[in-house]
Amino acid sequence: MADDVLFELLHMEIVAYVENSAKKDEKDQLVAKLEKMGYRVGQSVAERFTRDTPRFSSELDIIKFICKDFWTNVCKKQIDNLRTNHQGVYVLQDNKFRFLVQMSASKQYLEAAPKYLAYTCGLVRGALANLGLNCIVTAEVSTMPACKFQIMIQRS
Amino acid sequence: MSRQSGRSSDPRKVSQELFTLTYGSLVSQLVKDYESDEEVNKQLDKMGYNIGIRLVEDFLARSGERRCNDFRETADIIAKSGFKMFLGITPTVSNWSAAGDEFSLVLDNNPLTDFVELPEERSQLNYSNILCGVIRGALETVQMDVNVRFVQDILKGDNQTEIKVKFIKRLEDAVPAGEE
Repeated sequence: MADDVLFELLHMEIVAYVENSAKKDEKDQLVAKLEKMGYRVGQSVAERFTRDTPRFSSELDIIKFICKDFWTNVCKKQIDNLRTNHQGVYVLQDNKFRFLVQMSASKQYLEAAPKYLAYTCGLVRGALANLGLNCIVTAEVSTMPACKFQIMIQRS
Repeated sequence: MSRQSGRSSDPRKVSQELFTLTYGSLVSQLVKDYESDEEVNKQLDKMGYNIGIRLVEDFLARSGERRCNDFRETADIIAKSGFKMFLGITPTVSNWSAAGDEFSLVLDNNPLTDFVELPEERSQLNYSNILCGVIRGALETVQMDVNVRFVQDILKGDNQTEIKVKFIKRLEDAVPAGEE
């Protein structure tokens, strides 16, 4: 089993690498690129994490799986708060998000936060895609280390 | 059966698959970004170095290891304590040079390469090259200048994965400019 610290440092390096390798005119691609990397990984880990779970019966069931099992595997904790408008929008709140905990407990470094959330957004989107839900996942931070992930299910 | 069954309960460990696949996504991004395998190796080494210089702090704080008296002790600590703590494996230390300044770490199973197959045209790529950087960075922080490289890799059809570590010199404490 790999150690937590190693994973966090690896994540930091990935963010730094993608940031430095992006050319000047495509700085706005940074988040998209990290998100895409997460997406691929999310697809694969979803299969692994659901290996011994029974079939999901509803959309809410899948979201609950993300909040509990998936989050426990990725972030060592469950989502603190889940809200939904019952029309395909879910807001997952994590009061102590793993990649932000070490960074700050106030508004300091707030502008650096989005790039540390992109990979996880991709992970969630990839996992949901593999479980049959097409969606858009975005994240927002108002005070570190708390952040909110918004999942919008796309219906065709 | 509970849904939690079969999951790791150790709070300090991350899911192995997540870690391995995350590393994989990094390598595949690098392969896309750079044309030559050498460049990818170099980039992985550089990132490993950045990780190593930070990782060593965590290692020393948690393991309570002391300064090493000789290179043999260093080798033992890397294999039995370092690799164990961070990757959960214990490589074998072998192939000591006569002068005692070079040894090999032999990895039976490399967690970074769990789901990996190297295509033929990538024969120059050292998939796990990040490990070299990590070892180099970590040892530099404890004042040892070393050269780390892959000499054998299961991914390339060798029987085992072998990393060679060569001691170059001791780094002396630098005196800040303007002080004696």
